[in-house]
Order: sequence, then C-alpha cells, then structure tokens
Amino acid sequence: MHHIKDSHDFHLFSYTNSEGERKHVGFPLPVIVWSSNGLVTFMSSQFHHDDNGEVIVERNGSKFVKLHSKIYELEPGAISVNFDESQHATNAHKVLDFSITKSVFGILLVGLFMLWAFSSLARQYKNKSVPTGFGRVLEPLVIYVRDEIAKPNIGEKKYRQFTGYLLTVFFFIWILNLLGLTPFGFNVTGQLAVTAALAILTLIIYTFSGNKDYWMHMLWMPGVPVLIRPVTAIIELAGAFLIKPFSLLVRLFANISAGHIVVMSLIAIMFTLKDSLGVAGATGLSLILSFFITLIEVLVAFLQAYIFTMLSALFIGMAVAEHDHEHHHDAEGHDVPDAEDVRADFI
Amino acid sequence: METLINDFSPGLFIVQTILLLGLIFLLVKFAWKPILNSLNERETGIQEALAAAERAKAEMQNLQADNDRMLQEARAEREAMLKEAREIKDKMIADSKEQAKVEGDKMIKQAQETIESEKKAAVAELKSQVAELSVSIAEKVLKEELSGKDKQLKLVEKMLGDIKLN
Repeated sequence: MHHIKDSHDFHLFSYTNSEGERKHVGFPLPVIVWSSNGLVTFMSSQFHHDDNGEVIVERNGSKFVKLHSKIYELEPGAISVNFDESQHATNAHKVLDFSITKSVFGILLVGLFMLWAFSSLARQYKNKSVPTGFGRVLEPLVIYVRDEIAKPNIGEKKYRQFTGYLLTVFFFIWILNLLGLTPFGFNVTGQLAVTAALAILTLIIYTFSGNKDYWMHMLWMPGVPVLIRPVTAIIELAGAFLIKPFSLLVRLFANISAGHIVVMSLIAIMFTLKDSLGVAGATGLSLILSFFITLIEVLVAFLQAYIFTMLSALFIGMAVAEHDHEHHHDAEGHDVPDAEDVRADFI
Repeated sequence: METLINDFSPGLFIVQTILLLGLIFLLVKFAWKPILNSLNERETGIQEALAAAERAKAEMQNLQADNDRMLQEARAEREAMLKEAREIKDKMIADSKEQAKVEGDKMIKQAQETIESEKKAAVAELKSQVAELSVSIAEKVLKEELSGKDKQLKLVEKMLGDIKLN
C-alpha cells in the first residue's frame, strides 16, 4: 500500500552495498509546508529516507518529522514523536503540505508535456492545414474528444466553450493514468486530492453554467405535485452537489488505485511464492499474470479518462440543455419522456 | 474510510487545483483555441469544396443536357427541313405534270377544233369547186351535145327511147 501513496522524494530503486548498508537511488524533491511559524521550505533529503518519524528536521523554530509519507510538526517543546497504541502521533500535528511531491512532480511533468505537445500542434496549423509528425497522432484524439464526447453530450450549439476544459481533463487524466503504469510509480490519478480537485472543477463548471431550466428542474420540478416538489428538490440538490462529483472522484480514484494494487500484488507473487514454486516458476507466473493485467490497465487508463470526460460533458450538457422545445405532451397532457429524461435515468 | 480520509492531502488538493486551473488556462489560450479554430476552418473549407464540386458537377450535367437538347433540336430541324424539301419537290413535280396535262389537252383540243374547221372549210370549198366544175362540165357537155342539128335530134330520140324503155 505504501507504493500507491504520494511521496516526498523521487525514488528509483534501492540496493544493499558491500558494507551491508541500504542505499536508495533517486532524487529529493522540495518540501514546502505551512507550519505554525509560517512557510517553511527544505529538501526532502533532510529526512534521509526516514518515514517513521525518527529523523527530526528543524527549520524556522519548528521541528518536522515524516511519518507514513506525511509531514508532521512537533508540538513546541517536544523532542521526539510519541505514539499511542494505534500508532498515531500524540504530540505532533499535520501541517498544510504544499510540497512538490512525486504527484505534483508528475502533474508538472504532464502539464509541461501537454503544453509543449498541443501548442506545437496549434503552431503547425499556421503553415499547413494537415499536421505532420506527432501532431498527426494528436489531431484525431482532439477530434475524437470534440466529436464523440463534447458535441453529442453538450449539443452542437454550446459545446465550443466547454471543449477546452474537456480536452484538458481528458488528456491530463489519460497521460497521468499511463504514466502511473510505468515503473516510475506515479500514482497521481490514484490520489483522492487530485480526483477531488478534478471533480469539484466539473461541479463548479456545471453549477455556474446551468441555465434557468436547470435550476427550475432542480429546485421546483415542474410536472409533479406541489407537495412532492421540496422532496425532489432535496434529492436533486444532493444529486447535483454530492452524488455527481462524488461518483466522479471515487470512480477514477478507485479504478486507478485498484489497478495499481492488483499489478503490485501480481508482481509480489515473484517473492511470496518463491519458496513453493521456485525462482523460475514464481517469476514466470508473476510476469505472465502482471503482463496481462497491465494490458487491461492500459485499456482502463483510457477508459477512465474517457468516462470522466464523458460524464463531465454529460453533466454540463444537462445543465445547459434547452428545455423550451422539449416535453411533448400526449393527448391526456402527460409528459412524453424525451431522450434527455431517458438519458438522465441512466446516471 | 479513516485511512482514505487520512490519505487525503489538503495541500495536494490546493496545489492540484492551482496547477490544473493554470494548465486549463494556458492550454485553452495557446492550444485548444487555435487548434479548434483551425479544425473548424478546415472542416468548413472541405465542406465548401465538396459543395462546390457538387455544384460544378450539376452544372456540367446541365450543360451536357443542354448540349444534348440542342443536338436533338438541330437533328429534328434538319429532319423537318429535309421532309419539307421533299414535299415541295413532290408537289412541284405533281403540279407541273398537272399543268402540262391541262396545257396539252387544251392544245389538242384547239388543234382538233382547227382541224375540224379547216376540214369544213375544205369540204365547203371542195363542194363549191365541184359544183362549179360540174356546172362547167355540164355546160361543156351540153355545148358539145347540142352543137349540131342531128346531134340534138339524136339526143332527143335517145331520150325518147329511154322513156319508152321505162
């Protein structure tokens, strides 16, 4: 479980040298924390790869320890961390951690890559109408997101202003998912904080772009008895502000985390079954199983990016949908369910 | 659940939000807007080109149809002219035949009439001449017959004899 967590240094591999000393190869990342004495920065190498709260770093009059990938600040006067029986620190508290952690490093990396890749694609259009090289790979993906995700879910008229967000989110999640499958072990989209930020951004967008009809349907549902309307309003509000973003953030987080855990468990077969199957047997079994599950994970990486973007587009589409022409009434005056309503039932 | 909440890092959340917003802003400004604009432009360009090609094709077909129609018309006209010429020719031949016949008939008739009248005149002339000749012959004969006394007596006797015989 340790490996799917965020960490404060970029760890590549470890080995034990001839003197029996454990050596870690990688590079440290800056730690930036907001402590009780203000903003403090230092390199994560100060902790000397300690993750159990033993090494104490003193900066600006505050003492910091790293405990299970989290930075704690010791209470004033404390010299070392005391633990209660469930291994919680009793005389230290967590600090607001703005560090360039491995995840932040990954985000920066992917952000710079996307900026480079897509702005170079954009520049290509100045000289020629069909891009060449890497742009030729990116262009169909951009068109795919526009034509298969943005247009059908938001509608021909309004898709344009949301496509930028959807494209960014799609490529951001997809590239980070794929990066998570590399041996560098980035697990950015498997961090709740990251998926929460993405989901809340979608929430903000569809809340602020919702039109009169959207709020009308949410707060004072037309076509139902007046007494039931407050009830539906509560349900609709919960749906819009809690269930939708929660489903977005948990779906992505859980899928990616689960994928990582499964891959790591299968790789661990190499060590756990070494005794019963022999070195070759355990390694072979582990390689075959993890190879196939990694193939599935490559698919899941795309699928989750697609689903997140698709659902974001769908929620935005529901918020900006024009209702005035819809709801054909049949002879008795009942609403005839249209595509919009049927689609909403599936979410 | 507690582990999950414990794992949630507010700092990372804030950093991610800021970075994501920055990324969206920069990408929209430098990538998505120009890319989508170019794609739209290209697509409308392609659509226009296709429509233009379609129009040109339709125009071609129109021209072709026009040509065909004109050819057809010219052919029909030629046909009509030929037919008319043939008709005129036939009519002229028929007319002249008719006229010739009428003229011929008329001439024949005239000739016949002339012949008839000439014949009558000739016959009349002949008659008068014959009458004159006969009178002169009769005169000469009478003169001869009654030139002597005995001849006259003989004649009377002969005539008398003839009467007896009757």
